[in-house]
Amino acid sequence: MKKKNRRLENVLYELRHNKQAIFAATYLLVIILISIFIVFVNVDPDAIDVTNKLQGPSAAHWFGTDEMGRDYLARVLYGGRVSLLVGVLAMLTSIFLGVSIGMTAGYFGGLVDNILMRLVDIFSSIPWIIMVTVVGLLFKKGLFSIVIVIGLFSWMEIARLVRSEVLSSKEREYVQYAKFIGVNPFSIMIKHVLPAVFPTIITAATAIIASAIMTESSLSFLGLGVQQPMSSWGSLLQSSQQYLQKAPYMAILPGILIILTVYSFNKLGDVLRVFVEPKITAGEKSE
Amino acid sequence: MSQQVLISAQDLKKYFPVKGFLGGKTKYLKAVDGVTLDIMKGETFGLVGESGCGKSTLGRTLIRMYDVTGGKLSYQGKDITNAKPSEMKEFRNKMQIIFQDPYSALNPFWNVEEILSEPLAQIGMGAGERKERIEYLLNKVGMKPDDMLKFPYEFSGGQRQRIGIARALSVNPEFVMCDEPIAALDVSIQAQVVNMLEDLQHEMGLTYLFAAHDLSMVRYISTRIGVMYLGNLVEVAKSDNLYDRPLHPYTQALLSAIPIADPRAAKTRKRIKLQGELPSPMDVPQGCRFAPRCPYATEQCKTQRPELRELESDHFVACHYAEKFAD
Repeated sequence: MKKKNRRLENVLYELRHNKQAIFAATYLLVIILISIFIVFVNVDPDAIDVTNKLQGPSAAHWFGTDEMGRDYLARVLYGGRVSLLVGVLAMLTSIFLGVSIGMTAGYFGGLVDNILMRLVDIFSSIPWIIMVTVVGLLFKKGLFSIVIVIGLFSWMEIARLVRSEVLSSKEREYVQYAKFIGVNPFSIMIKHVLPAVFPTIITAATAIIASAIMTESSLSFLGLGVQQPMSSWGSLLQSSQQYLQKAPYMAILPGILIILTVYSFNKLGDVLRVFVEPKITAGEKSE
Repeated sequence: MSQQVLISAQDLKKYFPVKGFLGGKTKYLKAVDGVTLDIMKGETFGLVGESGCGKSTLGRTLIRMYDVTGGKLSYQGKDITNAKPSEMKEFRNKMQIIFQDPYSALNPFWNVEEILSEPLAQIGMGAGERKERIEYLLNKVGMKPDDMLKFPYEFSGGQRQRIGIARALSVNPEFVMCDEPIAALDVSIQAQVVNMLEDLQHEMGLTYLFAAHDLSMVRYISTRIGVMYLGNLVEVAKSDNLYDRPLHPYTQALLSAIPIADPRAAKTRKRIKLQGELPSPMDVPQGCRFAPRCPYATEQCKTQRPELRELESDHFVACHYAEKFAD
């Protein structure tokens, strides 16, 4: 008799043998730990030192200083707290909304589908930045209002994607069978339809993290996001544009961190797929 | 064999609405259009006909997997034509289905234990009891208890079909709709699966509705056979009777298409070739459905629809001129 849980086994195998997954997990762990514990390190990201502005990397400032002479490394690491939080939370909000609305519309069809999809149309027809600005003004400024605002206005794409996937997967015979033997619709959706949609969701989710990080920066730019002197990867990237020639490192560091973060989430998403979709491992193990 | 009627359908209809372009008039695809049929307890009722004639739809409507559009349907005397899902509950463990495609019939994200647990959990069986039952079932269909933790992609088509059969039999059903269960399998595996179905039938006292387009296989397994054409039964008879004395021109054409192993006999046999295509089930001919392709069609055939009538004992046929073909 084989071991009990083959799903978990597959995931652990994947984590142990897929180098990219190991890297992604390590990177995310490190960046999350740094984000949490950076407050205990005696560096002030907001300490202005105008005599040392826009200096390249040195022993004192590993990644140089910005236009106000603030230590760039400290700013980037502090910025990571904001960006990661915003990225992940906004992604979760938007996935939650998009998946539940898309699934309901696709699964039940008919009138429900019509109403929900018209709602999606309405939401996506309003110019995005206007909507975000208006809603942003209604909320108190702060991290969580950004999360909610981004989450509230990025779920439409996902709802459409999920709906179309559900439309095709609900016709599969195992879903029909579950319906036939009287399994309730909610558990059919969760147990049968959701796994089939999962790959799409993961791909979309990782893309949303990236776009949420960037959206947050445009919000900050408009004065609706995080306020100076607080930093985020997006806002750092934004402000570095002015100094691109003098201090290219200012764009490179947050840029690289954003890329690596998105990449890592994507890779971990793939590992998660192994759990839901056992077939993927079969191919990779035989390599 | 007791002649107790298990499932009875009267003028059963199943239409699928097809929306017109830009909210135009809704048309109906008449997949099953007025089928009258009794399935006896313990028999295997074979259903043959070309692709798209409504075999699967008829079978699935009989077990109320689909809602009924019109007519009457009863199970052991109980009217289930318009039974609500809550009322169907008591029939869930009496009627089951085996699907044609063993690849889409099993959830690829679940292992065998999870797949087989689903119907068992639905009838309220506890976890410990389920495991025992699943082991028993896997044994029944010739698989090992070890296979329980494997996923569908780890099996061949034949093995998957066995899992599908185990799932259908898990709740001890009385009636199983076999929806072309062997069409997707290798010939060598087909025989195994069919034999297994027969053994299980004797053992568990099952009644089958066996839809297929392999005519020789249907003859082998069926007690009675119904021939379907464009959503309707054109001939129903005892298996051997139908093959020896086909009365409907469509049945004759179908049977003449079975290959014969003896080349000399094959040469002398009259091969009836049908002209034209199966008409669209959205636009059914007014008279006899088969008239546009029938070599013997007359004016009467084109205007008047023939009813299924008992021409000889236990031999029903829907043709105005069936007497002529009897000789």
